Amino acid sequence: MAANPMNQFEVYRIGPEIKIGIFDISFTNASLFMIVSSFAILFIFNLGSKKKSVIPNKIQLLAELSYSFVAKMISDTAGSKARPYFAFIFSLFMFVLFCNMFGMIPYTFTVTSHIIVTFMLAAFIFIGVTIIGFIKHGFGYLKLFVPSGVPIVLLPLIVVIEIISYLSRPISLSVRLFANMMAGHTMMKVFGGFVVSLGIVGGWLPLSFSVALTGLEILVAFLQAYVFAILTCIYLNDALNLHH
Amino acid sequence: MIKKIFFQSIFFNFFFLREVFAAESGGMPQLDPEFWVSQIFWLIITFGILYIVLSKFILPKISSNLELRKSQIQENIETAEKQREISEVKLKEYDEIILKSKLEAKNIFKNAREKIIKDINLKKETLDKQIEDEISNAEEEIKTLKKDATDKINKIAIETSSDLLKKLIGTEINNSSISAIVDDLSKKNKDKYYGS
Repeated sequence: MAANPMNQFEVYRIGPEIKIGIFDISFTNASLFMIVSSFAILFIFNLGSKKKSVIPNKIQLLAELSYSFVAKMISDTAGSKARPYFAFIFSLFMFVLFCNMFGMIPYTFTVTSHIIVTFMLAAFIFIGVTIIGFIKHGFGYLKLFVPSGVPIVLLPLIVVIEIISYLSRPISLSVRLFANMMAGHTMMKVFGGFVVSLGIVGGWLPLSFSVALTGLEILVAFLQAYVFAILTCIYLNDALNLHH
Repeated sequence: MIKKIFFQSIFFNFFFLREVFAAESGGMPQLDPEFWVSQIFWLIITFGILYIVLSKFILPKISSNLELRKSQIQENIETAEKQREISEVKLKEYDEIILKSKLEAKNIFKNAREKIIKDINLKKETLDKQIEDEISNAEEEIKTLKKDATDKINKIAIETSSDLLKKLIGTEINNSSISAIVDDLSKKNKDKYYGS
């Protein structure tokens, strides 16, 4: 079933089965690519921060540009109060970006194409942001659900809508990334399958599509990482600077 | 035509795939909870390590490096500004010195000119005086010479006339009578020769 476009999302065990209690925590291909992505990030940024030269070399420039890119993104969306959360958002952005990008290499596994991974990240962000909001504003954080300047008749409806939209944040955040990754990779696999099935005569059209899709998917990989990080910043902004 | 076949094939392929999934194992492997715990576990470990290493070791280095560069650039700009100010002051001083020296040169030139003019005038005056003196001396000399000339001419005339008479007549004639005649003649012709 090699032509099955969903085969690429299959998780399988590498090495022995490890169990803690009833939980199976075996090392899988997903774990492998999480580790590969993390180590790639650490390797690049360690190399980029080793030498402290005034005129940076290429790898140092890369590290510093991404640092200032994320720093600008945070200060633009969440202001200067979000400074302590810079390291988290930076690692989040880099982790998602590198997982997406490693998925673009043929025969690799895309970690972010699994709903459980993106949902865990989104849930962690959601819970963290909610806790930060309650610590900063106490119960005044609930004012987030009561927008100012709304007629009193509409208020119950608006509050319900606001609460639903707030609670659906982790779902929308995780499903957006997961669905984008999965759809893109499935599509590429389908077109790749067409190239084989249509043969040397008709295979050129899907092949050109496949090439174009690869470019598009690289763009989407970056864009989704950016969107994930910037939405985190926006949620953080809601929790830090409460003005609805 | 090809397009139509192509899109039809896409449609049928999806249709076909859906049937395959339905037949196989509940569709998407993402919704199979077999490895969920494993994925969560490894996600927490890898992301945790990534976060700790980045926030504790790598990001502070990058940030300090960026700050260092910023401060260094600022410092350089400040020193450049300082040096520019110093150079401006020096330029002003230089301009003043040039102005001063120009004035001095002018003064020196003026003084020298005046002195030279004075010297020239002085020398001219002395020279004029000398010339005038010499002219007056010469004039006097000429006057005396003029005066002497008539007497000398008379004398010569007397001598030549006495010699001539001696040769002509052969006898000595008294000089005084000849001189009387010559005097008489010279007085008569004086106006004719000298015009005075």
